[in-house]
Amino acid sequence: MNFTLKIWRQANRTAKGHFVDYKISDISPDASFLEMLDILNEQLVLKGEDPVYFDHDCREGICGACSLFINGRPHGKGEGTTTCQLYMRKFKDGETITVEPFRSRAFPVIKDLTVDRSAFDKIIQAGGYVSCHTGGVPDGNAIPVPKADADRAMDAAACIGCGACVAACKNSSAMLFVAAKVSQFALLPQGKVETARRAQAMVAKMDELGFGNCSNTYACQAVCPKHISVSNIARLNREFLSGKIVSPLRKED
Amino acid sequence: MNLDPKIPNGPLAEKWTNYKASQKLVNPANKRKLDIIVVGTGLAGASAAASLGELGFNVKIFCIQDSPRRAHSIAAQGGINAAKNYPNDGDSIQRLFVDTIKGGDYRAREANVYRLAEVSNNIIDQCVAQGVPFARDYAGMLANRSFGGAQVSRTFYAKGQTGQQLLLGAYGALSKEVNKGTVKLYTRREMLDLVIVDDRARGVIVRNLETGDIERYSAHAVVLATGGYGNVFFLSTNAMASNGSAAWRCYKRGAYFANPCYTQIHPTCIPVHGDYQSKLTLMSESLRNDGRIWVPKKKEDVEKIRKGELRPIDIPEEDRDYYLERRYPSFGNLVPRDVASRAAKERCDAGFGVNKTGLAVYLDFSEAINRLGKNVVKARYGNLFDMYEEIVNENPYETPMMIFPAVHYTMGGLWVDYELQSTVKGLFVAGEANFSDHGANRLGASALMQGLSDGYFVLPYTLQNYLADQIQTPRISIESAEFEQAEQNVRAQIEKLLNVKGTETVDSFHRRLGKIMWEYVGMAREKAGLEKAIKLISDLRKEFWKNVKVSGGAIGMNSELEKALRVADFLEMGELIAHDALQREESCGGHFRVEHQTTEGEAQRDDQNFKFVAAYEYKGSESIPELHKEQLEFEFVEVKQRNYK
Repeated sequence: MNFTLKIWRQANRTAKGHFVDYKISDISPDASFLEMLDILNEQLVLKGEDPVYFDHDCREGICGACSLFINGRPHGKGEGTTTCQLYMRKFKDGETITVEPFRSRAFPVIKDLTVDRSAFDKIIQAGGYVSCHTGGVPDGNAIPVPKADADRAMDAAACIGCGACVAACKNSSAMLFVAAKVSQFALLPQGKVETARRAQAMVAKMDELGFGNCSNTYACQAVCPKHISVSNIARLNREFLSGKIVSPLRKED
Repeated sequence: MNLDPKIPNGPLAEKWTNYKASQKLVNPANKRKLDIIVVGTGLAGASAAASLGELGFNVKIFCIQDSPRRAHSIAAQGGINAAKNYPNDGDSIQRLFVDTIKGGDYRAREANVYRLAEVSNNIIDQCVAQGVPFARDYAGMLANRSFGGAQVSRTFYAKGQTGQQLLLGAYGALSKEVNKGTVKLYTRREMLDLVIVDDRARGVIVRNLETGDIERYSAHAVVLATGGYGNVFFLSTNAMASNGSAAWRCYKRGAYFANPCYTQIHPTCIPVHGDYQSKLTLMSESLRNDGRIWVPKKKEDVEKIRKGELRPIDIPEEDRDYYLERRYPSFGNLVPRDVASRAAKERCDAGFGVNKTGLAVYLDFSEAINRLGKNVVKARYGNLFDMYEEIVNENPYETPMMIFPAVHYTMGGLWVDYELQSTVKGLFVAGEANFSDHGANRLGASALMQGLSDGYFVLPYTLQNYLADQIQTPRISIESAEFEQAEQNVRAQIEKLLNVKGTETVDSFHRRLGKIMWEYVGMAREKAGLEKAIKLISDLRKEFWKNVKVSGGAIGMNSELEKALRVADFLEMGELIAHDALQREESCGGHFRVEHQTTEGEAQRDDQNFKFVAAYEYKGSESIPELHKEQLEFEFVEVKQRNYK
């Protein structure tokens, strides 16, 4: 297959970026999108040009590193897939494909298609965990967890932290990301204890880092490679509000 | 140097208890004065850093990705073993210990493996407390499934994403300590050298992958948790950035490298489909719980399938060869990975492979779908089936999956004693990066167990024992001659690579190395092939340094430079692997020497001559490394020929 690629090139965080067109031919329909970019890069290197930079690692859809905005959609077309699991057979021969980085004020571009998503780590650091320490915990079966709750917690916990939700949102909101973590723990007895504090601390951090508000367009859910549901946002709102009223964050929290 | 594994005295079941009772401790005020560097944020690194931070040590942790949550532990699918015996099916610490020793083909150290089995139960409790959403039954209790090499169900799981959930648990614990300020996190950093001051590991040199800066960090002790070196084969199930360089640089600084030839070939991966392919995708071993592996019995059926004239579902039951069930009736499809991989190779070599390349066998779920219903199968393996369909463009609910073995895990790694300390004082090695617990073959769902055991429950004790002697040592300066020398060493190598200015890309060299490794140092090895491989790798290495093309410069992001540094090390590592495989004149676990097999084609060990850990000491780039042997003593299990029949 042959393609024209329109790729965002930007030398570093402060440089001005622009689109560059590349032609690529003889691509197997069974090649993945990233393998197609590998082929392009190998050609660029041989020509003495700078290869295109993009984050990627596991290439099996679980590490959350890949983050391309392909033809106007995070991770490209196809439901429930990451860029690394997108195959060229999904494109039309001869198609022009536009490739951009995830765009959000909270995710500054580092180089080309690579963005800085450390804001997500900072949100987790604000409270996206159960504060138990190693050792001194009860037996794994000491507290039964209803299967339905465990399953729903797992569905929320499936988030890979790729940031597609933010990239798709017109407000650059990180609500789905925060909601997934808050929900996972709110549904489990082990995490329930800290829910009020967690919801408030994570939302405060999200606001501080420049993510926008949620206006319920559900664009996040539509592009989430792991099908994280917006019902988690409802749960987050509930926990946030009740926490604010019943146990607001104190200074020492 | 004498290799002292420092195994505590006493009966097997009391060794770890005795160790903990008599180890040295550091009081809280002194812990604050001690610095620890952890390299790697996978299960072992993240859990170690979190636990050490909780204790009050100052921890610096480094990861190669943009976030600690991306470490490749995240990709482990199937599960984690523990000796809980919740299903009441006869499991115990003793049985998990014996299964692991046997699975490793009697090439692991008893005391370490027993400790692993002992703390396995604590790991499950810990992860549950962290909010890891393990699968549960309708009573709300934890669910289990079976994995290869065991006759009990002892594997805990979270759908097909167990590694992800356990890693996110450890990442949460790590994030909690980052928030408290006990752990400082450095992302997009790659370790390029170890700094030794007065015979002790005192720091690391890292490259900042965003700016290109070469940075120095010091500490009282260094923990290496940088994973395995499976990418020496180019195509493997490892992530793209997974590499062996950090461990290799430690080897060059005096840490012995143990059992490099023990590499695990995983039986159930999606077959290779093209030259442009960048990696192989694993299909979890858990699939072998319900999937049955087969090839056609008749060659004419094979021919028709390859030509696309016959579909696998059209082949009647009596014309299918369920070769694992045939050869190993008691373990059937759940034989250990090395056995399953070799059996697949045997059938494909005999001409029964089913895809166009002849290198694939079927993994069939039709019986399970009939028995359990599609919904149950979907609930158990849905995400894996979806992934398969995305990649292969076939629906595994309707037609059997095609699978083939691929490089997956390296049992070999830096040599460590019972305390997980390497032959360099103050350098501790955890997780896949060490050689410790899996012998010559790792059982499924045991890597997660080992990573977390090392990080949560072993290092917090053994590292403290080491640091108790260091409380008088002030913070280590990064201005010493040793740091300067190490930094210059790294800079010189980068300069050298950039100045080759050849005509062949790094990936091309890597691919060529991988082909040599897979052909001669892969699933079946023999003397002539290994000797040939050593020569070919050595030639390729020379060619690399003459003709590699590394674009860009030393400043700023440079992915080609990153890859070049790793491949330069792989080109040395590959030779050591082949060298070790040549030396080991026996077959054991993942190491299969064609010359050493039983009449039935099973691995034939030689306990008389090879019941040892091979630990290599670096002797300079032009010299053959020196082999040191740690003899393995089996006091508590009877050493037998493995039998899964």
